[in-house]
Amino acid sequence: MRFVEEFRDAELGRALAAEIRSLVQDGRTYKLMEVCGGHTHSIYRYGIDGLLPDGVELVHGPGCPVCVLPMGRVDDGIALAHEPNVIFTCFGDMLRIPGSHGSLLDAKARGADVRMVYSPLDALAIARRNPEREVVFFAIGFETTAPSTALTLMRAKAERIANFSCMCNHVTIVPPLRALLDSPALEIDGFIGPGHVSTVVGARPFRFVPEDYGKPLVISGFEPLDVLQSIHMLLTQLADGRREVENQYARVVPWEGNPRALAVIAEVFALRPHFEWRGLGFISQSGLALSDAYAELDAERRFSIPGIRVADPKACQCGEVLKGAIKPWECKVFGTSCTPERPIGTCMVSPEGACAAYYSYGRHAGQREATRENALTGAGEAYP
Amino acid sequence: MCLAIPGRVVEVVDDADQLAKVDVAGVRRTVNLALLDADPHALIGSWVLIHVGFALSQIDEREALATLQLLQEMGEDYEQQLRELRESAVE
Repeated sequence: MRFVEEFRDAELGRALAAEIRSLVQDGRTYKLMEVCGGHTHSIYRYGIDGLLPDGVELVHGPGCPVCVLPMGRVDDGIALAHEPNVIFTCFGDMLRIPGSHGSLLDAKARGADVRMVYSPLDALAIARRNPEREVVFFAIGFETTAPSTALTLMRAKAERIANFSCMCNHVTIVPPLRALLDSPALEIDGFIGPGHVSTVVGARPFRFVPEDYGKPLVISGFEPLDVLQSIHMLLTQLADGRREVENQYARVVPWEGNPRALAVIAEVFALRPHFEWRGLGFISQSGLALSDAYAELDAERRFSIPGIRVADPKACQCGEVLKGAIKPWECKVFGTSCTPERPIGTCMVSPEGACAAYYSYGRHAGQREATRENALTGAGEAYP
Repeated sequence: MCLAIPGRVVEVVDDADQLAKVDVAGVRRTVNLALLDADPHALIGSWVLIHVGFALSQIDEREALATLQLLQEMGEDYEQQLRELRESAVE
């Protein structure tokens, strides 16, 4: 695997880390937010935080689609799963997300027909095989996933599959970033931009970050050296007084994104006036619903959905974690009453959630030093 | 669910719906190529990044192999994705 070694070269990593140290001004702190849960995972898997000088702090962002879903939407999904004759389909990550009265897995145990699918096309296949049943696909995800749901709905419409519908929870990446930047409490110096979302939306939509808020953003790959290089690029911009969108992941992310994927999103979805995010509250024009042309396939119009707003559990601080206001281990219930086996909050359930990443790799408070030894080797083994 | 897994396009199985067999870590699975906006036949032998049953972008071999290794090192999350992929029945 000589290809891989280029991305893992420990010497190169240490050299990069040394350059990063040389860019840091004494006494200054740099808060960099990694927007995407995939980056959070890489950072703790490879101990990247352990390579950084003390002044550089990585803050986790809201880019985990399962994590940002508010509890009310989970409850709505569960209510739908209990409708007579419904086969409720969703991605595996959704099954264990706690609602007010249990999860979708609990609903399944109580008799609801809940099925995990890998792809929305699998849900459509279930609808074709069960014409006498109503098959609902519970769609979640950012722009990475929305085009797949859109193409599936286009196919359902073209094939006139009458027993298929979609409860749409797709969200868009720009509005929550704007909301975070507007929040006076959080002073972020720069952003590690999301990799896979950007394959769809491109780099262009992030220009508001430097233009309106004067902060740099670097779209980053997921390899440990990618993330280190992106941090280096951000600190170089800050040192040079530049504020731009740069694309470290240009080998995968085109500046203009994927025009075909953007076109199908525009065809099938319409922006909701506002959508609720866990921890961030209502954000205007941040969620997608089915457009009028696809109204017949909209589960929210086909079924009566309670639409009740539920406050998050008091003990749970997922909201603070998603805003980067606290670290996972600073949450009162982290690792005690909230664990991946018995999660209270979404951030502990999804593999991309910051709490799950911290918990899995044992990266708790004060562990920075300990991770330095094993950085980049992936030797930070997950707890069994 | 946000994982994107590299696979290599083996053969086109449905021209109209742009479905192709793709080899993903030894698993052959049907993947939808419609988001790539390219002639599916021209993609045979190419590496693509697959997310929830759809090819999201075309990538080169170097990137594909590096990404595969990164995913393998993730352990359980990746194994789970592969299990889901095997059970999936895109038609």
